Amino acid sequence: MLELRGVTAGYGEFTALWGVSLRVNAGEAVAVVGPNGAGKTTLMRVISGLVAPRAGELLLDGRPLNGLAAHHIVARGIAHVPEGRRIFPRLSVADNLRMGSYLPAARRTARETLERVFSLFPALAERRLQLAGTLSGGEQQMLAIGRALMSRPKLILLDEPSMGLAPVMVLRLFDLIRRVREEGYTILIVEQNVRQVLALVDRAYLLETGRVRMEGRANELLEQDFVRKAYIGI
Amino acid sequence: MDAILIAESAVNGILLGGVLALLALGLNLIFGVVDIVWIAYVDLVMLGMYAVYWLVARFGWSVWLAGLAAVALMAALGVLVHLAIIAPILSSPPVNQLLATGGLLFFVQSFATFLFTTDHRSLRLALPTLQVAGMYVSFARLLAFGVSLLAMVGLYLFLTRTYMGTAMRAVSQDREAVALMGADTRRIYLVTSGIGGAMGGLAAVLLILQYSVHPHFGASFGPLTFMICVLGGLGSMPGAFVASFLMSEVISIGGIITSTEMAYVVAFVIFIAAIVVRPQGLLGRRA
Repeated sequence: MLELRGVTAGYGEFTALWGVSLRVNAGEAVAVVGPNGAGKTTLMRVISGLVAPRAGELLLDGRPLNGLAAHHIVARGIAHVPEGRRIFPRLSVADNLRMGSYLPAARRTARETLERVFSLFPALAERRLQLAGTLSGGEQQMLAIGRALMSRPKLILLDEPSMGLAPVMVLRLFDLIRRVREEGYTILIVEQNVRQVLALVDRAYLLETGRVRMEGRANELLEQDFVRKAYIGI
Repeated sequence: MDAILIAESAVNGILLGGVLALLALGLNLIFGVVDIVWIAYVDLVMLGMYAVYWLVARFGWSVWLAGLAAVALMAALGVLVHLAIIAPILSSPPVNQLLATGGLLFFVQSFATFLFTTDHRSLRLALPTLQVAGMYVSFARLLAFGVSLLAMVGLYLFLTRTYMGTAMRAVSQDREAVALMGADTRRIYLVTSGIGGAMGGLAAVLLILQYSVHPHFGASFGPLTFMICVLGGLGSMPGAFVASFLMSEVISIGGIITSTEMAYVVAFVIFIAAIVVRPQGLLGRRA
């Protein structure tokens, strides 16, 4: 579904990604793991069009994404749940979700999609009229994911969804992401909680200093000694 | 002091507040969404007043038709100002943005002086004065108040009930996240500037019914409009609304008790005192 070929990108003088190639097949859940500063967030931002790649190709269902503005990439079916959630704090929960269905195609089915989102995240239905900024961190993350689902994406990019959450909430969040997966969405997820995310996904890429160091099935990565030592701590 | 006179000026104050609120909301809308203060806003409104004046006085259009044309013209002017002046400096330092829109102010004033001379021009419409419970109320002001209220209700519904309105409220909170929702932020800015311009056009129509227009018209209503926006809390719509009526009452009642000049002094003293106590404005959230 999504394919990156030799993508290089960065900010100004700084290069964050060096020739990264990556593939996500339809129906798959794929993780990108790696230390801080490995370029994981940049990778997500390149895919969703917030950062323009300097070189390389991005393809969605065989058609190029290069050069498209972020709002056009959403229309192609990629929803990005950014690092730090980035909900609209001074809009109500309902208005945040409405923003998620901004695209014309999504508007037509907004009512049904909203019901699906509320059945996945009942807490959001209860807090519909509350300002999003007053939600707890976990609820804000649910809102960010629900908002992304409102656009009826083919592929969801999740950037560090567990960041800043209490350990108990992290476990609940992974359960919820598992449920989103079971709904049939294709997911590309970046995470620091390596052990938990590898239990969730089919395949994973290990990114270090902007390069893909390893790729493989999640359980294969888990068995690698250096992965266990460096990222899991056993 | 006659009680009926005070009551009359209180009523007139409320009526004046309607137009002031319209001006303040237009300016505040643009600031709240685009995050740039259009220093020249009321001077653009002055151009709208001239548009009505010329269409009526020179070309013999009816005031209604000329009013509609002015609103449309001002909406287009709002879009044009955004494209030509604001869009290129969206990510410049605030002081440059201030200088650019301030430069527009001098340009518009000089341009109007050059084209229209410094004559004060008025439509000289014979609008009736109504007598209600012993008070004299100008019909033009009543009309202005009613139309302003309607426009504000319309704006409120637009901002809360439509996708574009919601996006306009969202974009000042997180521009990048709005793009991730599939919304084109450039288009949101254009629509905002168009609506801000149209509101200024509406204010222009309502003002020309009551005041004569001249190239320095902006100097009388401009500072007042900014004061109202800042007093209410820059970017806060309810704040601008409340502050408009507060200031128009001070000016109206103060004017009848002392003099108009003194009333402005009092209004600005209240403003300064309020800002010392609450720097973020009455209903503002920015510290």
